[in-house]
Amino acid sequence: MSNTPSVWQDIARKGLWQQNAGLVQLLGLCPVLAISNNVVNALALGLATTLVTALSSATVSSVRHWVPHTIRNPVFIMIIASLVTCVDLAMNAWLHELYLVLGIFIPLITTNCIVMARAEAFASRQPVREAAWDGAMMGLGLTGVLVALGALRELLGKGTLLAGADKLLGPAGQQLTLHLAGADYQFLLMLLPPGAFLGLALLIAGKNVLDARARQRAAAATYPAPDAEASPAP
Amino acid sequence: MRNAAAQARRSALTLAAFAASATLLLAGTWLATHQQVAANEAATRAALLAQALPAGSFDNNLATSAVPLPAAIAQQLAQRDAANVYLARRNGQLSGVVLEAAAANGYGGRIELLVGIARDGTVQGVRVVSHRETPGLGDYIDLAVSPWARQFAGKPATSRWAVKKDGGDTDYVSGATISARAVSAAVARCSDYYRTAQARLLQGQP
Repeated sequence: MSNTPSVWQDIARKGLWQQNAGLVQLLGLCPVLAISNNVVNALALGLATTLVTALSSATVSSVRHWVPHTIRNPVFIMIIASLVTCVDLAMNAWLHELYLVLGIFIPLITTNCIVMARAEAFASRQPVREAAWDGAMMGLGLTGVLVALGALRELLGKGTLLAGADKLLGPAGQQLTLHLAGADYQFLLMLLPPGAFLGLALLIAGKNVLDARARQRAAAATYPAPDAEASPAP
Repeated sequence: MRNAAAQARRSALTLAAFAASATLLLAGTWLATHQQVAANEAATRAALLAQALPAGSFDNNLATSAVPLPAAIAQQLAQRDAANVYLARRNGQLSGVVLEAAAANGYGGRIELLVGIARDGTVQGVRVVSHRETPGLGDYIDLAVSPWARQFAGKPATSRWAVKKDGGDTDYVSGATISARAVSAAVARCSDYYRTAQARLLQGQP
């Protein structure tokens, strides 16, 4: 294998930014919209999804030579569903408090399109390590969007950040919670589903602005404006 | 033709092999976790049971004091065929009960509750055991999310149980009234049942 580090970088760049699951491919929107009303839930669900995507990509890749093309989808779905159930059981056993909060959304990782999409589009054609890395990066890209959206909605909707961090980190997490507004502050729109759509739209717009700026800078570097070179020193 | 049959057989065998290994994986994970899961659920339940009545108001082990409710009462309070009442005793005398109750009309379906009532009929504590209310919105009924459920502590049997919007005394969060309304109604049913069954309950007979 003659993979230079740039292949890994390329996969990471695609997963985290260029083909971001939440902002560009717009896959897996059901959990993104439903669970992003605070940072802790968003982070926990994002990490669980990342774990499932990485594991399923690695598994799919490692069995890709034995699966006949015609039955690849049922096999992939079976692999993904089994892994999600394992994560569900493990969280129920060892992260019980968080499990009670995330509830129905853990089993629903099965239906998150990004997991199946990566299995089909990448993992079924690539070696194991690349596939696992791609799954992890796609998952982390989605986690980033979830956390950004969660922070936006929690901040505007409730005036707090990291509320309930103790469910993820134990009692020490309670000190992490920031209260940035009065206890009775509430902006219901941001907590309800429309807030998720509005927030996601803002994030997508923000990414497009950043990309457009980057393209302009790249164009300016390739073809410098004529008067910039010709301007005489004062 | 033979080729197609061979291919179909190969597909079926592959699928069967994957199904078998997935089953093994799941069975292994379940074996590794089921004791911990059961322990977690029992611990959560025991902790909630103890919270439904004030600490020090009983000296027996609540978790082992369960007595099944008659089917008609279970249907009325918990909207299912079997439910328990836990009898709290101090110095051998009944000091209160914890009822397994449920509200089937939550926004996301059933809300399972434990309702603690002292000997004199005062509601002492309401705890949500499980619910499917909208995260971040209707889940305020859960004490892990907000202190809303504490308002029931110390309310006499004669309280107006409805939410304030409906002319009662129970606080609610606007935009998520259904959750509060469902819990309040379930508490009211428990309180009414205790009032009618108090004499029998004091003998340990639900």
